[in-house]
Amino acid sequence: MLAVKSGKQVEFSPAAMDRAREIISRYPDGKQKSALLPLLHLVQDEFGNWLSVDSMDYIARLLHIQPIEVYEVATFYSMYNMQPVGRFLLEICHTGPCEIRGAEELISTLQNKLLIKVGETSADGMFTLKRVECLAACGYAPMLQCGMHYHEFLDSEEKIDRLLNDLRSKATQNN
Amino acid sequence: MSKKILLDKINIEGIKSFDVYRANGGYASVEKALKMAPNDVIEEVKKSGLRGRGGAGFPTGMKWSFLDKKSGRPKYLVCNADESEPGTFKDRYLMEFIPHLLIEGMIVSSFALEANLSFIYVRGEFRWIIKILEQAIAEAKRAGFLGKNILGTGYDLELVVQTGAGAYICGEETALLESLEGKRGLPRIKPPFPAVVGLYGMPTVVNNVESIAVVPWIVLNSGEEYAKVGTAKSAGTKLISACGNINKPGVYEIELGLPVEEFIFSEEYCGGIANGKRMKAVVAGGSSVPILPTELILKTAAGENRLMSYESLSDGGFATGTMLGSGGFIVYDEDQCIVRNTWNFARFYHHESCGQCSPCREGTGWMERILHSIENGHGKMSDIDLLWDVQRKIEGNTICPLGDAAAWPVASAIRHFREEFEWHVMEPKECMNRNYGLREKSIMSIA
Amino acid sequence: MIKVTIDNIEIEVAEGTTIMNAARQVGGKIVPPAMCYYTSLKGSGGKCRACLVKVAQGSAKDPRPMPKLVASCCTNAQDGMVVQNITSPDVVEARRGIVEMLLVNHPLDCPICDQAGECELQNFAFDHGLEKTRSDFHRREFDPIDIGPHIKLHMTRCILCYRCTMVADQLTEERVHGILWRGEKSEISTYIQKAVENDFSGNMIDVCPVGALTDRHFRFRNRVWYLNPMDAHRDCKKCSGKVVLWLRGEEVYRVTGRKDEVGEVKEFICNECRWDHFDVKDWKVEGPREMEKWSVITANKYSDEAVELPDELYSKLNNEKWNEFEGVT
Ligand SMILES: Cc1cc2nc3c(=O)[nH]c(=O)nc-3n(C[C@H](O)[C@H](O)[C@H](O)COP(=O)(O)O)c2cc1C
Ligand code: SF4
Ligand code: SF4
Ligand code: SF4
Ligand code: FES
Repeated sequence: MLAVKSGKQVEFSPAAMDRAREIISRYPDGKQKSALLPLLHLVQDEFGNWLSVDSMDYIARLLHIQPIEVYEVATFYSMYNMQPVGRFLLEICHTGPCEIRGAEELISTLQNKLLIKVGETSADGMFTLKRVECLAACGYAPMLQCGMHYHEFLDSEEKIDRLLNDLRSKATQNN
Repeated sequence: MSKKILLDKINIEGIKSFDVYRANGGYASVEKALKMAPNDVIEEVKKSGLRGRGGAGFPTGMKWSFLDKKSGRPKYLVCNADESEPGTFKDRYLMEFIPHLLIEGMIVSSFALEANLSFIYVRGEFRWIIKILEQAIAEAKRAGFLGKNILGTGYDLELVVQTGAGAYICGEETALLESLEGKRGLPRIKPPFPAVVGLYGMPTVVNNVESIAVVPWIVLNSGEEYAKVGTAKSAGTKLISACGNINKPGVYEIELGLPVEEFIFSEEYCGGIANGKRMKAVVAGGSSVPILPTELILKTAAGENRLMSYESLSDGGFATGTMLGSGGFIVYDEDQCIVRNTWNFARFYHHESCGQCSPCREGTGWMERILHSIENGHGKMSDIDLLWDVQRKIEGNTICPLGDAAAWPVASAIRHFREEFEWHVMEPKECMNRNYGLREKSIMSIA
Repeated sequence: MIKVTIDNIEIEVAEGTTIMNAARQVGGKIVPPAMCYYTSLKGSGGKCRACLVKVAQGSAKDPRPMPKLVASCCTNAQDGMVVQNITSPDVVEARRGIVEMLLVNHPLDCPICDQAGECELQNFAFDHGLEKTRSDFHRREFDPIDIGPHIKLHMTRCILCYRCTMVADQLTEERVHGILWRGEKSEISTYIQKAVENDFSGNMIDVCPVGALTDRHFRFRNRVWYLNPMDAHRDCKKCSGKVVLWLRGEEVYRVTGRKDEVGEVKEFICNECRWDHFDVKDWKVEGPREMEKWSVITANKYSDEAVELPDELYSKLNNEKWNEFEGVT
């Protein structure tokens, strides 16, 4: 059961609202529910990369559908995070082709470096580890996704360190 | 170098941009097609012998001719860019490096199908590709190739990039349509087929990225020319995404009919097995197709050279053959554990089952658990037969082919590598020592 | 009209009739079992795969057999079609497989389940001679929850037939009840435990083939086979008012819709009829209800020995007190 309420009043910023309107207008009349998946992505982009009940209810109002229709969809798709996550969500592919090229080694290295297990968030709130199924990067394994980007060929400790450091410095720059 | 149809311009500097693409002959097929009658474009595609590149290999021209145009309802073309089949990463390559080829294909195909609103359904994880496509669409629109009254012909077309959100099942065409309607990706019961009742209940064609991207070439060079490439039953070229224990993983365009051995061992393609190891097995068309041991992937049971084509790969049926599938080509070296890989794939299908029908929802989980226990050294001999029985009870009894796709890898692994399963049961310690079996660290990390 | 042959019996049915409904017109053993299809619920069927049949001949025009078994509930009969149901060993085998799949995650706690005696899964399993599955892995488990004042959800027993969500969608306004998550993890929920409250929500209990959705007022009060079902009606503004009263002596233990010979309620009843009239005097009793063959009670499949809980437990409980016995499940 996921009765997690953010407790915050959810509302898109004007820019996000423009984008939402643009998305909704792409579909034929009466088919605005088609905007649901893209709008849930927009919510994640705007409000900390996860979906609170409040934000889902907000989308339901925006699209004039029942909240349960949003919950049903949100829980079906694995990209929607139903719990808060860290600043950087590291999604490591663990499917066959990545596995035979060292996905498990990548996962254990990350766990050891961040002192967390898969599914957990580091104490500083910076990283969350998540296992995901095939990301269509099989030839560039092992790899992980973080936000907009795929980070591929993560087959040495050095590359993993570099990635974590890059992300950490990105966080400090943006603050 | 063999014939290139899709990737012939891939190395041109800046080909991602509209201007460079256009300067190199891009969008010429739109100019040509829009002067033709839509049904003549369909005829051309029919003549080409093009078979769908998404996995099932259904003749594209025939699919198009099934589209209900008579009822006068709006028609839709939906491009399937969900690319989630393990081992497959070719559509991504095409969209990332030569996006205008897909846009051009979408315009010509939409025109042939008389659709005025078309969608490209891209898996949600491809976030940067979505940006690339949206930009390409904006460029094409600015140049008058999209929007109202294209090139002054009176033909209108809007193109929308729709994002998925992480669900392999949305690659199945009817689940994709449900998802595009903003719902859970539950495959629909067929019939009715999308050609009659598709998106929003309207006649719809769903095609893979690669199938659509090849249409401009067919329109420009004619169906007959395309049919001359490849073999009689497998016309044209195909993108193969090669991965696993090979020297040169990547995306290759091959002419259908290329010997499998050449594909794996020549420098032009995979460049042989990595680290000087020997090859053990190959999954030739994405995780769903049967795995074959080295001797059967290189030669058919009758001793002929196995070729990269629909008919040669499926020679021998499932007893000794496999399928071309989506072109996801996974090579395993001698150190890889087949039981472990089978378990890994079973976990994938268990995770991705939509849960609508009982054999797949319950059976995929059951198979995963049996395989996990065998792999962990807790298996019994009878588990191997049980596993066989469970996969048999899923196959053919489900709503959509995901059930079959989950059953086939298990069946073929037992069929061709039964001793390895037995070995796991009899010598669990030895398995673990040899790095077969679930390694310590991965047990710790299973979430 | 078109002609179809099912298990060697030829019948004429209207064009557009499904194989399932054609078989139902004949009745008896040739009717395929249905765990998800429900005639009056639009879009139901196709999911459980219990009704798979073999099409040995597609039609008079195209006599080729169909390559796979097909779901009879959502495949239309064709003129000249030849269907095998229980006469096909493949079908019998596949159905055994389906039973086994449905039991992979099912607790089979019939002795303490309120549905025992009128459970479609119990019947289905019994008919196929399977009492359990060969899976000895941990089953998925959920705590029972109350969805509103009247209905209890035992997700552990749910077979995900989707019927209740269709009731919620098609019979009630502002659906709050739906299916969350995916695959084996799917669950019925109202997400934030919103109460399901509206005039027709009680019908979710009647359509549920198993003991996943049960009547909170009835739970543990008695066993169905100790009760006398009586057809009865009352004037009702919201529904037809045609119900079945489940009586012991003069006491009304529960009120349900009337199930036909295939176990479907044709006229859905409102919550007022179901829960606000526990006095026999509110009803015009028509007479004893014929118990159809779908029930394990009449088929004598269910013996009292299987009941592990003492009878007193059921009879002692009343509406107010059932909460104390939560621990039992
Ligand atoms: C479980 C499942 C996943 C699929 N995934 C994809 C996919 O990612 N991309 C794709 O093009 N086709 C996929 N397909 C095949 C599609 O259902 C459909 O056949 C295809 O998009 C048709 O296009 P084509 O005729 O051009 O191949 C999948 C099918 C199934 C059953
Ligand atoms: S076979 Fe699996 S994925 Fe396909 S509809 Fe059934 S449960 Fe869903
Ligand atoms: S739902 Fe049916 S099969 Fe399951 S425990 Fe209850 S009576 Fe038994
Ligand atoms: S609760 Fe009952 S009616 Fe609803 S899906 Fe589960 S088994 Fe079907
Ligand atoms: S009754 Fe036909 S599939 Fe369930």
